[in-house]
Amino acid sequence: MKNEKTKTHVSGKDKDRRGMERRDFFKLVGGGIIVFFLPRCTTESVPVAEPGKRSLPKDYNAFLKIDEDGTVHCYTGKIEQGQGIIISLVQIMADDLNVPMEKIKMVMGDTEICPWDGGTWGSLTIRSFGPNMRRAAAEAKGVLLELASNKLKVPASQLVVVDGVISDSNNPGKSVTYGELARGRKIDKYLDVKPEVEDYSKFTFIGKSFKRNDSKIKVTGEAKYTGDLKVPGMLFARILRPASLSGKLSSVDYSEAEKVPGTIVVRDGDLVGVLNENFVLADRALEKVKAEYTYDEIQVDNKTIFESMLKADSTADVETTAGDLEAGFKLCDKIVETEIHDPFLAHAFIETHSALAQFEKDKLTVWASSQTPYLLQDALANHFSMPLNKVRVIVPFVGGGFGGKSKNQQAMEAARLAKASGKPVMLIWTREDEFMYDNFHTAGVLKIKSGIDKEGLIKAWDYHAYFCGTRGSEIIYDMPNHKITSHDHKENTPRLHILDIGPWRAPNNNTNTLGRELQIDRLAVAAKMDPLEFRLKNLKDQRMIDTLKAAADLFGYVPSKKYPSGRGIGIALGTDVGTHVAEIAEIEVDKKTGRIKVKRIVCAQDMGLCVNPHGATMQLEGCITMALGYTFKEEMNFEGGVVKDLNFDTYEITRFSMVPKIESIILDRMDQPPHGGGEPAIIAVGAVIGNAFFDATGARMFQMPYTPERVLEALKKA
Amino acid sequence: MEETIIFQLNGKQTELKIDPTQTLLWVLRNNLGLTGTKFGCGIGFCGSCTVLIDNEPVRSCSTTVGDVKGKNVVTIEGLSKDGELHPVQKAFVEHDALQCGFCTPGMIMNAAGLLIKNPAITREEIITGMEDNLCRCGAHVHIIDAVEAAAKEMKGGK
Repeated sequence: MKNEKTKTHVSGKDKDRRGMERRDFFKLVGGGIIVFFLPRCTTESVPVAEPGKRSLPKDYNAFLKIDEDGTVHCYTGKIEQGQGIIISLVQIMADDLNVPMEKIKMVMGDTEICPWDGGTWGSLTIRSFGPNMRRAAAEAKGVLLELASNKLKVPASQLVVVDGVISDSNNPGKSVTYGELARGRKIDKYLDVKPEVEDYSKFTFIGKSFKRNDSKIKVTGEAKYTGDLKVPGMLFARILRPASLSGKLSSVDYSEAEKVPGTIVVRDGDLVGVLNENFVLADRALEKVKAEYTYDEIQVDNKTIFESMLKADSTADVETTAGDLEAGFKLCDKIVETEIHDPFLAHAFIETHSALAQFEKDKLTVWASSQTPYLLQDALANHFSMPLNKVRVIVPFVGGGFGGKSKNQQAMEAARLAKASGKPVMLIWTREDEFMYDNFHTAGVLKIKSGIDKEGLIKAWDYHAYFCGTRGSEIIYDMPNHKITSHDHKENTPRLHILDIGPWRAPNNNTNTLGRELQIDRLAVAAKMDPLEFRLKNLKDQRMIDTLKAAADLFGYVPSKKYPSGRGIGIALGTDVGTHVAEIAEIEVDKKTGRIKVKRIVCAQDMGLCVNPHGATMQLEGCITMALGYTFKEEMNFEGGVVKDLNFDTYEITRFSMVPKIESIILDRMDQPPHGGGEPAIIAVGAVIGNAFFDATGARMFQMPYTPERVLEALKKA
Repeated sequence: MEETIIFQLNGKQTELKIDPTQTLLWVLRNNLGLTGTKFGCGIGFCGSCTVLIDNEPVRSCSTTVGDVKGKNVVTIEGLSKDGELHPVQKAFVEHDALQCGFCTPGMIMNAAGLLIKNPAITREEIITGMEDNLCRCGAHVHIIDAVEAAAKEMKGGK
């Protein structure tokens, strides 16, 4: 505890750091023992609220509370979107507080009672939140031990805690429960901690596998998502949309729509909403709205976007460089140049964006499927010029996020319609709304030129990423002469397209790992080496080497004398959110139909301390399974601002028959700090299949996804 | 025009005075408060709105309430009996066959329908039968494991 500063407030008079009177705060959450803490990691910067902007604690992002009945509540602005933190956070607390897991309740994503949080993304929850939550739990336990020591008149050092009961180790009959100690207390503590790596081996729950604790209500239909909510007087909204993202409303006539019984049409600027207490009638009324738009299209589509990215007058920011590229290329015996095209992808979660907005007197409450409830609260308060404490955002269960539920457009729309109509408004985006207004995984182009010397060592690596960022392009191989350059829109230059883009599970890393690992494989071919041996020879990162070897062991990989070997085995690796992954896949190619069947994918992952191996494995398998979609099927077709794939009939994602046997190993790194688990395994799948395709056929594909047409085309060229 | 529609819903006779062209999915969700049946795509391509109609898995987003006149409709809320989870539901819990849980009711209803039709179902047949239900989180392997386990239990026990 030596790095901590603690402040204890025991008087009820001072205004606390929430900007709220203490007595009001305790009224809100009840009495007990409360420890505020900050999810912060030494190596990562976690966004904190701008000073003066928030009514909630400015510098504490979470708190836990020991209730008068011994229940432990943890209040956090994080949200559960399927990733399973609802159980892993409980495991962490149970361990540090010595209480049974069922005594711990997570309270998540409610801006009124949970402290500010930047959002649930970046696989940050466990890696940065976890260690601090542990310290808060330790702090709470310290307070409880002190109280118990006074009450039992036994020195704290002589006390032991089992299942929330503190007893005298010399006289086990002398005991007191957490609940008894918390009763009638109003103690709040503020904890500034620097997380340290500790010995995790002594823990009971951390490192053990637990299943989800929300599945029972999810299999009965009881679990409530935003669209399942209902408040009295609620109307469903359908929104008038243009045919293209570039559309500007020039005229609208909704007189016919208003004739549909129970329909109200409201307009707020460009936003026209058709409201009815019956969703189907709102839908039918919308069809009767006559509207005209003006369109101003950029001449670009999903085929020409790559060329326009390369031609554009773009920035050239050198992200990383070392050595001397020119000198490096002079040392090379063989040089390989590769250009890769990666398309736009939709998030395609099954729950479309939904929000319910309700104004009551001077207060606005919005329930929303959102990864960023506090950003939404800010946006609403700004838009309606309301004080923050009059705007409450609540996030029920979220039906998938993957970075795509961070912008909250639907919630702003619902709130504006609620304001304009004076009624509570439920907005459930249609699938067409969803695919049109998604913040897509961006398309991008990679141009990579690199070379090896006669020994098969990489001597030069010149890497250019166009409009797709560089996450995942970090130097993990020994590349003494390298340069990573990022090209993007210059300020005040026209945008190349008008699709909205944003984070998509392991943002940009899917593109960059694809590029690097295809290129590494081509270098292995140039060196006439087996791709495993080539990688091991050129890797410098020990964690990566260990991870790759673990994958090779699990797969039973036998190096081949020639590459391609005809076996259809591919390798790819990479890093994301501090975690290292290596994947090996085996495929079969039907050369007549161009169909690829994935027989097996093996994945090794070093994620540092793994809190819940079962949960982490579920995430890993989920990543690989989701990735099969972008590998074989997904590509958002568009023309100007017209999004052409507006439903699952043409935008296809992973189906059951595509999923192979997935085997995985999570390396035992209990002595290391935890890293992210929700994203890493997705990054290497495009490359591992591409490399297996080469091993099977000797042909290469440089454009995603690997459709049967592209397979046949590549086979023809080979 | 409104009509009186009578059908069995989760074992109970249900009578609605309603426009028969209304979509079954929204009638279940809005008029009857059964929100376990989910909206995902509206055109029958994702399966999250699947219910059983006379033991057949059907997409309720592409069915009208008039279509179920005189029929027997079961939703996710009606699958468990006397507080006891249906074997498919139980297997989904035991196999952690879900993540976000949004596609789950549709998956379970589709699987329950498959097992009624073909109690001796093979793993291959399960995969084919579940093919048109979409999951984005990637719980696929666990879902197939769960349905297979439920099939075994139902064959052995009941």
